[in-house]
Amino acid sequence: MQRTTQPVDIERIQTFMAVRRAARPARRAAFSLALPLVAFLLVAFVAPILYLLVTAVDNPETQSVLPRTLAALEGWDGTSTPDEPVFAALAADLKQAKEDSTAALVGKRLNYEIPGMRSKMLAASRMAAGLETGPYREKFLEQGGIWADPATWAVIQRNGAGLTPYYLMTAVDLKQAPTGGIERVAPDQAIFLPVLGRTLLVAGMVTALTLILGYPVAYVLTIAPKTIAAVMMLMVLLPLWTSLLVRTTAWVVLLQSDGVINSVLMALHLTTEKIQLIFTRVGTVTAMTHIQLPFTILPIYSVMRAIQPTQLRAARSLGAGPTSAFWRIYAPQTLPGVVAGCLMTFILSLGYYITPALVGGPQDQMVSNFIAVYINRDLNWGLAAALGVVLLLVTLAIYGLFLRLVGADKIKLG
Amino acid sequence: MKKTVTLTVSALALLALGAPVLAEGSISVMSFGGAYQEAQRKAVFETYTAATGIKVDEQEYGGEIAKIAAMIESGNTTVDVVDVDAPTLLQGCDEGIFEKIDWAQIGDKSDWLEGTTSDCGVGTIVYSTSLAYNAATLPEGPTVIADLFDTAKFPGKRGLWKNPATNLEFALMADGVPADQVYEVLSTPEGVDRAFAKLDTIKKDIVWWEAGAQAPQLLASGEVVMTTAWNGRIYNANKEGQNFKIVWDNQILDSNFWVIPKGAKNPEASLDFIKYAVEPKVLAGTTKYIPYGPVRKSAAEFVTPEDAANLPTSPANMTVALTLDNAFWADNGDEIRKRFTTWLAQ
Repeated sequence: MQRTTQPVDIERIQTFMAVRRAARPARRAAFSLALPLVAFLLVAFVAPILYLLVTAVDNPETQSVLPRTLAALEGWDGTSTPDEPVFAALAADLKQAKEDSTAALVGKRLNYEIPGMRSKMLAASRMAAGLETGPYREKFLEQGGIWADPATWAVIQRNGAGLTPYYLMTAVDLKQAPTGGIERVAPDQAIFLPVLGRTLLVAGMVTALTLILGYPVAYVLTIAPKTIAAVMMLMVLLPLWTSLLVRTTAWVVLLQSDGVINSVLMALHLTTEKIQLIFTRVGTVTAMTHIQLPFTILPIYSVMRAIQPTQLRAARSLGAGPTSAFWRIYAPQTLPGVVAGCLMTFILSLGYYITPALVGGPQDQMVSNFIAVYINRDLNWGLAAALGVVLLLVTLAIYGLFLRLVGADKIKLG
Repeated sequence: MKKTVTLTVSALALLALGAPVLAEGSISVMSFGGAYQEAQRKAVFETYTAATGIKVDEQEYGGEIAKIAAMIESGNTTVDVVDVDAPTLLQGCDEGIFEKIDWAQIGDKSDWLEGTTSDCGVGTIVYSTSLAYNAATLPEGPTVIADLFDTAKFPGKRGLWKNPATNLEFALMADGVPADQVYEVLSTPEGVDRAFAKLDTIKKDIVWWEAGAQAPQLLASGEVVMTTAWNGRIYNANKEGQNFKIVWDNQILDSNFWVIPKGAKNPEASLDFIKYAVEPKVLAGTTKYIPYGPVRKSAAEFVTPEDAANLPTSPANMTVALTLDNAFWADNGDEIRKRFTTWLAQ
């Protein structure tokens, strides 16, 4: 602290500032060159992720369609069937909803939490549109017990909030208990955690297989004569240049019951019955391993190439056996490449969609496949976004774990 | 090339008939592709162009409602008419994705079969999910839906669609619930339990299929002794030389619909196309190419007896049929599908 008051240091700081000032235009020019990319990343990457995060908690339906009902519910005790004013407000809201055809919107949203609410809400809006005067309470109660149930009203009231934890909790098989706490969903409704576990398992298997198969290949690439190494490199890269869909479809041709593999096995009399390969875990992992191999091999190869072969010879001349020389001298130096390759393959595998969909069976569908179902078939974008958020968080957690375990400087992604 | 030829031919035909060539223009129609759209092309699109001079621009999709919703959201609806399945119709109609249909222009709803009319859609065809078996390997085949669950009488594996819809219904009907009470029973938790309990009795004997083409393959390869299947797939397999038989007892009917997506450029033209597509003669024409039933009763007289034998809707086949209740599945599908997924994993 004291030293900064010395005149020499002030002079140095002033010089430093002057140099910085002088360099400012150049820095600006350099930064402006990067602007297109920054803008592109903002639009194509950051904005969609933010949108995804918002969609996973966004809950506008009840608020926008049932504002009067929510206001009337404010004085409700939470344990009994509400009184006439609440039903009158609901009737007014639903009359409006019928005109704007928004009853289905709120019905669909509430149906996630109360099965059957979709049609109940539609029926109630049709009824409300035909009602001129009250009392409304009896009319609604005649429609079915659902309107008498305090649980129904609790859900409506809870969804008056503009943000909801519902989708995120559903994505990890949790739900809000009627008492307000958090509890697990019934065992027969718990599907997403097993799917997440399966996604991690498949990604782990693929990563391990690509490492076991790819490591020796990377090594051979570094020691092979130039021409042979070039041909081998081409063979590693060629699949990478082929469309993912084409590679996956090629595996369908190979694996299917009347496919190439079964035909060859039968022709060689190695088996008398067709082996079920397609629509199985084995098929999925095989196809994914093939597709992911270059991603594991290339970082390992680039690290291996930088290791001096003389080091191994030196180790041998100092008395180390071949195994010992490999494990103590060579292998630790390849670690940055191994970690980078495994990380890349593992994270890419987490997001696989098309390969499990085409080659895998029902028990091999990963998180992405469920996201697609909720987007395409159910138009339940909230749940799709929540599953996406869970997948994103798991990916980040695994990345963080890798960094923690081996250190950022040990990962050589480039 | 083929299209040009067709156009030239129809233009010549029009000239020969002395009919005035109507509005030049074209209409964009999106359907499910494959043999289904092929049949529509021959029976509907080409004859429509011949009759009106309006060219039909065909598009294909996989039935994803998200695709239609995204198109409308972007404010650029490029398709005039879409063929959708029943759940999509219901969802899209609820959420205001489709235009309302002016039924006064289409015709009297009483002529339409149950479940083929809607505020937002006009039925295109009726198809059936039913039990099928290979008569070549099983001469004394099943005759009622209960046989699907009778492993003593018919030992061996059975193929089922990997979806709770249709299977829970089949299970209840096999358990003695009359077709018209199936959804009443299924609306109660006990009813769902009862259906799953019935499925439990054959769980270890089930081979699940997902793509429609798998069902006839399972039968042909002898992997299963019987399977539920979509009737069009069984018909196609028989055309390729198989001898599959359909048990029409307790078949489950479902339909597709023509809809006009919100924001379609020219809704009148769209409606005009739909009106033509559901004329009784046009509907009957489709049955020449694919064995899906016409949605209008008045179309029956134009169907040849040979084609009628394969239709789920002909009186001989529609003795005890259940119409799939898509509203029920819209309400309860999410919950039941999750339970089905966990039940499968047990």
